[in-house]
Amino acid sequence: MTPCPAVSIENVHKRFGTVHALRGVDFTIQQGEFFGLLGPNGAGKSTLINALAGLVRPDSGQLKVMGFDVASEYRDARRRLGVVPQELVYDPFFEVRETLRFQAGYFGLGKEVDPWIDELLHELNLVDKSGANMRSLSGGMKRRVLIGQALVHKPPVVVLDEPTAGVDVELRRQLWSLIKRLHRDGHTIVLTTHYLEEAEELCDRIAIISCGELVALDTKADLLNRGISKTLHIYTSEPVRDLPAALTDKIKHVTEDYTELSFSLNEDSVMHVLDTIRNAGVHVIDIRVEEDDLEDVFVQLTRDTR
Amino acid sequence: MTGLLWLFWKELVRFGKVAFQTVLAPIITALLYLLVFSHVLEGRVNVYEDVGYTAFLVPGLIMMSVIQNGFANSSSSLVQSKITGNLVFVLITPISYIEFFAAYVAASIVRALTVGSGILLVAKLLVDVPIHSFFLIAAFAFLGSAVLGALGIIAAIWAEKYDQLAAFQNFVIMPLSFLSGVFYSIHSLPEFWQALSRFNPFFYMIDGFRYGFFGVSDVPVVISLSVCLITLVALSAVTLSVLRAGYKLRI
Repeated sequence: MTPCPAVSIENVHKRFGTVHALRGVDFTIQQGEFFGLLGPNGAGKSTLINALAGLVRPDSGQLKVMGFDVASEYRDARRRLGVVPQELVYDPFFEVRETLRFQAGYFGLGKEVDPWIDELLHELNLVDKSGANMRSLSGGMKRRVLIGQALVHKPPVVVLDEPTAGVDVELRRQLWSLIKRLHRDGHTIVLTTHYLEEAEELCDRIAIISCGELVALDTKADLLNRGISKTLHIYTSEPVRDLPAALTDKIKHVTEDYTELSFSLNEDSVMHVLDTIRNAGVHVIDIRVEEDDLEDVFVQLTRDTR
Repeated sequence: MTGLLWLFWKELVRFGKVAFQTVLAPIITALLYLLVFSHVLEGRVNVYEDVGYTAFLVPGLIMMSVIQNGFANSSSSLVQSKITGNLVFVLITPISYIEFFAAYVAASIVRALTVGSGILLVAKLLVDVPIHSFFLIAAFAFLGSAVLGALGIIAAIWAEKYDQLAAFQNFVIMPLSFLSGVFYSIHSLPEFWQALSRFNPFFYMIDGFRYGFFGVSDVPVVISLSVCLITLVALSAVTLSVLRAGYKLRI
């Protein structure tokens, strides 16, 4: 028997007044996946995450976590879902350990969870801050407490809503390593981000949402190959006037030192381009291949729906 | 413990951490009222036969504090969590809307009764206040604090900013509690104001509560008890339906 999907989203619609925030979003995330949810600001990523967490009630459609409907079986669904919100929200009345303890309590967990809280504090490098008030923590530490709160009830599915927004490079790397470890430990990870580098680094499969619609859903490799353009740039020391007529329409940039010619490899093969250059007797000083990255694919896919 | 009990416990710890502000300050304020009003009016005003004005004042001040602190606890905690955004950590848990309601109202009751008991204990050292029925005193204190705890939830859900909550407190709770017979019997009011007072549920809370001390009241205690019960049931139904609908919490 195949295991149920970690997350299933079926034809979900949500309107806020005249804004159609989600327009029939429909996809599933399998257990154990590292899934990226990408989209420009206002695309509907957070609305979708919030619908999964029960903070937004969709107008129609169905969302399930580990097979449990988030509306009719909300207790079971929420026990299996950990959410790290985008904003650094915390209760200023409490200390770090208290924050984690109460969060575990809301899930009905008693003393048995204390060793896990100790382990979490250790894993999140918060042991020496466990007695500190949340107000006194740095932004990075608060972010780690939020991750701890999402993990305190040991959910199989963890959703991180832009966890590295506004954090410095070092902390971003630390958070990536932590999230990778969670994935290795068997958690299904759903990561929303608008740092495409982050999705490229971490995710196996990526969905791109734009204006409330799913515009792409594929593995990272297939997404990068989709409509990808490769361009061969050739730098020559020949002045423009000495270039044969066959190459003049390939001139991209001219300086005092070189002339840059660019060839689309979607139209010409590499061999054909090199033969053309050799036959023209052009002196080549440098060659560079430019390939679309996820950012280009993202821009291309989201441009048309805006 | 269940999620409900943890949420209730969290609310208790929250107000316990600022006990100077949430418990001690209202006790001192009520005692200052008692000292000033009793000094000025003792011997000049006689509301009930054989009951001195200072003794008359004690139950009213206690109930006024119960009302104000019952409201303040649920409303301030909830509005702060809502505005700062940390309420999501409660909303994403398996806690149901009924458990959510029960936890916030129960915490309001505990804070209101703690403040009320504190005032009573200190007042007993200063004034001879009889106790006619401990059961009625406890019943009215419980009902009053529960009603205000529920009202605090509604106000906090409605308020988008702290000043909207302050407006609710200053323009609804304060006038209704001051104009409910804390400092006087409604029989001393002109007829129009007497009639108007009868539409104020806080009046029945205070009048019934006072009956628990002296065995005398402006209206029969059964009516006061019924009004308080009906108010609690009605307000709880409204609060529960607001929470069930997710108004302003689950969009």
